[in-house]
Amino acid sequence: MSITGLFLVLFLLFHMSMNLVAVISLEGYDMVCEFLGANWYALVGTAVLAAGAVLHIVFAILLTWQNMRARGPVGYQAPNKTETEWAAKNMFVLGIIVLGFICLHLCNFWAKMQLVEIMGAEPAQGSALIVSLFSKPLYVVLYLIWLTALWFHLTHGFWSALQTIGWNNNLWIPRLKAIACVVATVIACGFAAVPIYFFFFYNA
Amino acid sequence: MEKKGLNLTLKIWRQENAKAKGQFVTYQVSNISPDCSFLEMLDILNEQLVDKIEKPICFDHDCREGICGMCSLYINGRPHGNDTGITTCQLHMRHFKDGDTIYIEPWRSKAFPIIKDLVVDRSAFDKIIQAGGYTSVNTGGAQDANAILIPKKNADLAMDAAACIGCGACVATCKNASAMLFVSAKVSQLALLPQGQVEARERVTAMVAKMDELGFGNCTNTRACEAECPKQIKISNIARLNREYLGAKFCS
Repeated sequence: MSITGLFLVLFLLFHMSMNLVAVISLEGYDMVCEFLGANWYALVGTAVLAAGAVLHIVFAILLTWQNMRARGPVGYQAPNKTETEWAAKNMFVLGIIVLGFICLHLCNFWAKMQLVEIMGAEPAQGSALIVSLFSKPLYVVLYLIWLTALWFHLTHGFWSALQTIGWNNNLWIPRLKAIACVVATVIACGFAAVPIYFFFFYNA
Repeated sequence: MEKKGLNLTLKIWRQENAKAKGQFVTYQVSNISPDCSFLEMLDILNEQLVDKIEKPICFDHDCREGICGMCSLYINGRPHGNDTGITTCQLHMRHFKDGDTIYIEPWRSKAFPIIKDLVVDRSAFDKIIQAGGYTSVNTGGAQDANAILIPKKNADLAMDAAACIGCGACVATCKNASAMLFVSAKVSQLALLPQGQVEARERVTAMVAKMDELGFGNCTNTRACEAECPKQIKISNIARLNREYLGAKFCS
């Protein structure tokens, strides 16, 4: 979970930087899209990324199943009152929300761009997709819900991954949690900038 | 000044034996002193039950001063009740209000089967210790106190980890019923000291394998264990356990 999670955080940072190009220049964004089309390096990157995402999900399902069984045949009657962070207890549910939106997102963009190009046809223009999709309020709201879930997922996931690989002591726990919050906020705000910019400020 | 006694409704898990089907039974207790401990309150209830020729409620207890780790009880959604850094015997009735309803449940974990009523079998912890939570190297006769130099910081961390009384509150409150805090404390108290390092790799590998085999869940770093530990063991011990484990796996 931790290794694949950290890998996916790196990918999110990369993807977010790429998106921000669209806010600065749509031509620049189309150049990035062209660069990451059906070339061998982009395909290798996509395959590694897909493997990382699938592993993360498979481990999550497996571990959650084991964890649910570990409580035993009878659960507690009184709801648990131990003070913990909400995100920490709801990582699987948050993960399902994030996954659902990834599917939507892949249909919105990837299926019309890299996938079409792999099939041998002419891919859609990235900038045109962004402009048309984020002129619809429904999609802007959906993407913002997704990013909120992602923010919660990352506030726990980032420091939790580092704790799991052993990078922690009494001094570093508050520091890592602060870093996790910064990373989650940078990623969520960076992604949110694109739909917000194209809905409110962009005039064709 | 006479303090006002508490009248309480108790919903207590009763189960005849490991195989029987259990259920909640409701009891009323009246005029309980707020200065009385939670276990003393149960003693009072049991005396009333015995007077009525009913079976008393079975619950674990021993030292009643917070050092043995025998008392358990999941009280209104918290192991050892609504206070931090205490065992159930140190929980006082002043934490409750007159008229409260209190749910009293046994630890729930696949690895801790119920023996009777509120008593669970925690020998899974003993099995983990038997798998490697000891040193078997011959360290010779007792040495001069300063012959082996140990940094004060490490000595303190080892002592903090050694404070674990193995009560199982960490498992009880963890949403995954994970025993990582317990195992990490038992690995840390030895890993931090020179005498423990000789068998460090074998120890951590064997103890983690035994923990998984016994059916405890996986750690997802919710920190619920740390919040409920009567001895306030920190999850930095879990990070140390993970370091020890990864080191043992990569270096063996």
